[in-house]
Amino acid sequence: MLAELANLRGVSGNESAVRSFLAEKLDQFRTEISIDTMGNLLVRRGAKKNSPRIMLSAHMDEIGLMIMSIQKNGLLKFKPVGGIDNRVLAAKRVRIGPDGLPGVIGVKPIHLQKKEEQEKPFAEESLFIDAGFKDKDDAGKQVRVGDYAAFDSVCEELGDGFYRGKAFDDRAGCLILLELLLENDGLAFDAAFTVQEEVGTRGAAVAAYTLQPKVALAVEATAASDTTETESSAVSTVLGAGPAISFMDRTVMVSREMRKELVEAAESAGVPYQFRRFTGGGTEAGVISLSREGVKTAVVAVPCRYIHSPHSIIQEKDIRAAVKMIRTWLESRQ
Amino acid sequence: MEETIKLLTEAFGPSGEEETVRSLIKELIKGKVDRIFEDDLGNLFVLRDGPSPKLMVSAHMDEIGIIVTHIDDNGFLRLAPVGGVSPHLLPGQRLRFRDGVTGTVYYEKIKEWKELEWSKLYLDIGQSDAEGAGRMVSIGDPACLDQPFKVLQGGRYMAKAMDDRVGCAVLVEVINSLPEQLPQAVCFVFSVQEELGLRGARTAAYRYEPDYGLAVDVTLVGDTPKAQTMAVSLGRGPTVKVKDSSVFCHPLVRKQMIETAEKHEIPYQLEVLERGGTDAGAIHISREGVPSGAISIPCRYVHTSSEMVDSSDVNYAVAFLKKLLIRQWPSVEENNYG
Repeated sequence: MLAELANLRGVSGNESAVRSFLAEKLDQFRTEISIDTMGNLLVRRGAKKNSPRIMLSAHMDEIGLMIMSIQKNGLLKFKPVGGIDNRVLAAKRVRIGPDGLPGVIGVKPIHLQKKEEQEKPFAEESLFIDAGFKDKDDAGKQVRVGDYAAFDSVCEELGDGFYRGKAFDDRAGCLILLELLLENDGLAFDAAFTVQEEVGTRGAAVAAYTLQPKVALAVEATAASDTTETESSAVSTVLGAGPAISFMDRTVMVSREMRKELVEAAESAGVPYQFRRFTGGGTEAGVISLSREGVKTAVVAVPCRYIHSPHSIIQEKDIRAAVKMIRTWLESRQ
Repeated sequence: MEETIKLLTEAFGPSGEEETVRSLIKELIKGKVDRIFEDDLGNLFVLRDGPSPKLMVSAHMDEIGIIVTHIDDNGFLRLAPVGGVSPHLLPGQRLRFRDGVTGTVYYEKIKEWKELEWSKLYLDIGQSDAEGAGRMVSIGDPACLDQPFKVLQGGRYMAKAMDDRVGCAVLVEVINSLPEQLPQAVCFVFSVQEELGLRGARTAAYRYEPDYGLAVDVTLVGDTPKAQTMAVSLGRGPTVKVKDSSVFCHPLVRKQMIETAEKHEIPYQLEVLERGGTDAGAIHISREGVPSGAISIPCRYVHTSSEMVDSSDVNYAVAFLKKLLIRQWPSVEENNYG
């Protein structure tokens, strides 16, 4: 199911494919589901009236591109949606618009580059999408300004339990929430599958306002830095060492008590865990924690290599461990 | 007052770990309030009942600090900032954890001072391996600067965390000396996580729904050698804030403040702060908007281990705030632009 979720195209503001997929999987629980005006999919499960509510959130959207103009020669200019490193864009395949028209991000070949061009990464202005159009008219028949483009990357298993694909940030989180909901083992909690996280955690702000939780957990994918000869002091998370518990990021300070609860949950579930040894980056936990009168909020994230690129790598066992850990945490909070 | 400032500035309380400060404050104001409670983020609400309008007065409990991100094989700790901390101010400084564990900061070999980034700094707590260090400190533990409070000859105070424990001390002093009856309801909020983006004040204002907001905090000064131009000096009175990067203080609130100061002959300075924010920034955009202002205590060397204020500014700030709360504030209807 991770592959199915990751393959869906859902750049920020255009999450409907992901939302429909999730709604279909949760169809047997349709009385618990609502969709708000921003497009957040909310599932309210089983809490008695006036009892403190627990909110789990995972965002449906992924980073991608938006078509900004069509050039005379039929090539498409674009802007990034969300945080993208230009250097990963060159020569990558994309799918454009609602029908998923194939295209590729074109680059000047090395033969034609001046020496100084070779020494620098491609500037955003120099990049374009080539989708095989003759000219502007030809392109205009199939592409409109404002159309989204998503990375064209089909998820596959590598080795034993490693997966390569796009959008694990945060379809991994969506999968974790979905599994917890499908288990349906009597746990009361609210799940928010949110929109527009990558452009400023917008959906979660509205979802938290609606759900009014007492306590919340953002379930995310986070950068793993275990690939190069990184000094151990600079490693943020490691693949395969279990879900990462944050103590602080740019948007939230996780309370000592909540970190302790999560550590205890992992230990009692018998799964490995690690701390996210990095304080940068933002998550939905920020806006959730500041909703209304304030909400105690923590973050659990699955380590992911090459995050925000068309080809990220994630380990299935970290996802499994996260499900177990969060389930145990929910049980302790019932 | 001096004793209160000493107690509060020496207490441990980096953003997110304000409990020591909170307990101290509760102790210091015992029996002087109508109601007292905490919210889920740790804000402390101290209420004095009264008729409408409702005033919220906020000072933040948290201070800047660091958080441990890594413990290496030789027992050295790696750090990340909590709030606006400059790595250049840390080498040679002592840091202290909640339970008293103390260490000193130093740096890896560098060629030039400007290469000093967070990744070059480490904290030595006197352990020789990861196991030893791990028994004393965990990843994710915050620490504060470790410096005692000092009274300087001539009446200036020097301490870490003057920002904003001196504001907390002003509130404590005012709470303890207000008359039995007040012309309006007042909620004193000792807020959390101001240094991370005015977080506590935001949820506190949502909860209390005040008609007016006032923050009591420190502000920068322009009276040191070749300082950035700023018309605020130590010893010339607390300020009536005009603006900072988080708020344009409401004209009606400023008017109340200036009238009060002039009527009671309290010296004050007008404060235009180019960079920096305070709780008023979060309060004034809560819900439907809250007319807000701020009293600041001029402070040198803000966000270092030796923040300096003048005792006369502090005492005048207490008098100023007290007079402001005894004053009858306009009803909400009168203040309505519509």
